[in-house]
Amino acid sequence: MKKHLMAYPYALWMLIFTIIPLALILVYSVITIDDAGIHFTLDHFRRVFEPIYLAVFWRSIKIATISTIICLILGYPMAMILASKNLSKKSILVVLFVIPMWMNFLARTYAWMTLLERNGLIATIIGYFGIQLPSLLYTENTVILGMVYNFLPFMVLPVYSVLVKIDKAVLEAAEDLGATPFIVFRRVIFPLSLPGVSSGIIMVFMPALTTFVISRLLGGAHFTLIGNLIEQQFLTTMDWGFGSALSVVLMLIIILSMGFAMRYEKENQGGGLW
Amino acid sequence: MKRILKSLMAFTLAVSMILGLAGCQGEKRPQLKVYNWGDYIDYSVIDEFEEKYNIDVIYDEFATNEEMYAKIKAGADDYDILIPSDYTIKRMIDEDMLHKIDFNNIPNYKYIDDRFKNLAFDPNNEYSVPYMWGTVGILYNKNMVKETVDSWKILWDDKYSKQILMLDSLRDSIGITLKMLGYSLNTKDDEELEEAKEMLIKQKPLVLAYVGDEVKDKMIGGEAALAVVWSGDAVYMKRENSDLEYVVPKEGSNIWFDSIVIPKTSQNKKEAELFINFLCDPEIAYRNTDYIGYSTPNKEALKLLPEEVTSDKTAYPDESILADCEVFEDLADSLVKYDRIWTEVKAQ
Amino acid sequence: MVKSAFKKIYTFLIFLFLYAPIIVLIIFSFNESKSRAHWTGFTFKWYIEMFRDRQIMSSLYYTITIALTASIIATVLGTIAALGIYYMKKTPRTIMINLTYLPVLNPDIVTGISLMLLFILMKFQRGFFSMLIAHITFNLPYVILSVMPKLKQLDNYLYDAALDLGATPTYAFRKVVLPQIAPGIFTGFLLAMTMSIDDFVISFFTTGPGVSNLAITIYSMARKGVSPKINAVLSIMFAGVILMLLIINNRMSRDNGRKENVV
Repeated sequence: MKKHLMAYPYALWMLIFTIIPLALILVYSVITIDDAGIHFTLDHFRRVFEPIYLAVFWRSIKIATISTIICLILGYPMAMILASKNLSKKSILVVLFVIPMWMNFLARTYAWMTLLERNGLIATIIGYFGIQLPSLLYTENTVILGMVYNFLPFMVLPVYSVLVKIDKAVLEAAEDLGATPFIVFRRVIFPLSLPGVSSGIIMVFMPALTTFVISRLLGGAHFTLIGNLIEQQFLTTMDWGFGSALSVVLMLIIILSMGFAMRYEKENQGGGLW
Repeated sequence: MKRILKSLMAFTLAVSMILGLAGCQGEKRPQLKVYNWGDYIDYSVIDEFEEKYNIDVIYDEFATNEEMYAKIKAGADDYDILIPSDYTIKRMIDEDMLHKIDFNNIPNYKYIDDRFKNLAFDPNNEYSVPYMWGTVGILYNKNMVKETVDSWKILWDDKYSKQILMLDSLRDSIGITLKMLGYSLNTKDDEELEEAKEMLIKQKPLVLAYVGDEVKDKMIGGEAALAVVWSGDAVYMKRENSDLEYVVPKEGSNIWFDSIVIPKTSQNKKEAELFINFLCDPEIAYRNTDYIGYSTPNKEALKLLPEEVTSDKTAYPDESILADCEVFEDLADSLVKYDRIWTEVKAQ
Repeated sequence: MVKSAFKKIYTFLIFLFLYAPIIVLIIFSFNESKSRAHWTGFTFKWYIEMFRDRQIMSSLYYTITIALTASIIATVLGTIAALGIYYMKKTPRTIMINLTYLPVLNPDIVTGISLMLLFILMKFQRGFFSMLIAHITFNLPYVILSVMPKLKQLDNYLYDAALDLGATPTYAFRKVVLPQIAPGIFTGFLLAMTMSIDDFVISFFTTGPGVSNLAITIYSMARKGVSPKINAVLSIMFAGVILMLLIINNRMSRDNGRKENVV
């Protein structure tokens, strides 16, 4: 039986609905259309490398990285707690983790604004204790908060799903051999959970890098991120060529950084996600 | 696992049946596909139209001109009626995306105020019929701003640092800056634009946020002292919070229109014209205006509105104020310059 | 003892963080005023008006049908694909996994517009099915990325042992492999469902006349202010999901009890 054939329907699906559309984007990024017809050009790419756009790239990468790290720090312990619960409660807790995301994104973000505003709930409650808070909304930190809030489940779930599979006997063996809980974690649990961690990092980092609504609503649009820039090219200025070039470069950056992360993992662990 | 899936399936089936029943309809009637802003019509008007002319209306809503345009431009969807704003209409006319309307089929067009005919985006009035209109101005909170507000310059006053809400829209924000400097808001002149850019960069530290539709809740809740808003929204905000006041600055401003057009993709032009005529009926226009709360260009509908609405200068300002207001024109290739300025301001 | 208290507090705090906006959202569905800036009084009227709103009701219907259908198809197709990829040789496997990441790392707006262009090129009528295809497309990677890590942990000897003991490949798969990767499949399904319910941009560009989901309706409302009717719809959805969870939980614990009795 040729089991790998099972991947073929999916491969075909991907070819039609991912590869071809992406090829269209790639084509748009190297052409200009004017009255005389279609021309090949590299101008769009040249423009991407102007300082002003590089600054936007840099800020987006910075904010997405910080958000991903915070998600990992908050999410990993949570995944461990979830994984340690007894079976009947476990799947319910996991679902509870995802349900908030079923309440529409815009509605949830508006709700965050209600919480964080100057006259918002948090400021009012803290105000009762006579403490004046600095502005909670419209800072870089608010944008990070919004990203962590929205993408935390994407970190917790993959890590959790790997952690539950770890053989309890291995942990017990380590303990029997005299390992402290910390050493068990560092030498056994963490290395075994790495495939989940790298899935999680990718699933958080990528949407964090491309989102544009969070920085607009929670950041007060003070901070242009790469997602905003791309959205603006496709919708406001109708410069599909430049927009496509931006997203091609964005994809290259992500693929490169992923390749780097994966190679590191392979050395450590012998065969990661790639 | 299987059990969960089974319950899920049963649940969907139940829900879809309940919801599906409500949407069931039998015989086949001519169809009219309408694409409008969200919450921008009194929905009972659609029902009435369907009943009166025995036509099925498929009604969809969009969030911004740009999204709608991108979709239509790419060749998607054979809508019969669109209600975009002025500069988008201009662009669609230039790109030959609209049908000329046969005004013989729109007898109710005579109810449209002459002031709102032959506008800059459709000079011979061949393609569009005005639906709603309004201005852009400053909304301020009387408890936080004690001085008289009559100039855009107040948005550059240090006193109101982190109390100012600007619009996160490059046309509007650059436009009012140009107006403040005494230039046209459709300028393509590099020096004028450069000057506007400097002003916007200077203003940035004072701005609390560049907002979109959230501005309404912000101003009602007293989160900021000053905001740049559209007049239609100002009417709603003033109703919700009586401390708010709206003014169109003396340097002039933008006057905008949302007009009804028929795209080239339409396959039911006759029905579309029937629908436009229906919307221009004074009684129907009155009901839509009453529901939406924006300003109507229909002079007969205006007479039906209560005195307190029509005397409100926010929605229906004096002629003299409108004289200094400009309509946005499509910038065509110069839009890139505006985009560049806006990116530079925002990337600071 | 201390450790378990810490765990409880940590879990509580994380859930508080996740649910704080949801609580706000539910509270404001009972607010008399249309604006969320003021609390002007308690009312049920939005819950009544919601059912009269044709736009909201039809988009709720499409949201649920599309999310469920798309995530079920994506889960089945994705799990099969993950298995296939897992059994591939190294190079094709690497290529396939890299391809899988592409739709996730593409900004929504680019995915949306490029899919729209594709549908137009193929002269594919846009509406329910084009939107469904788009949803399956962006759901697939989430399923595969959730199932792959589980496959890597798979103990292949168990499967071989089952075959040696005379199990048919299908039987061995069902009894040995499937239970081991089930949590991954479940996670994938949940993620797919979530992405699908919440998607605005891609849905907007891939749908046609007469078909819109809740996200499209909500975004299009933003210009005139998102109505509390939306809060009411979301609150009811929330209540529905919680109710369903309670029922499933009840059943499962009953089943577990039964199993224990048998043992």
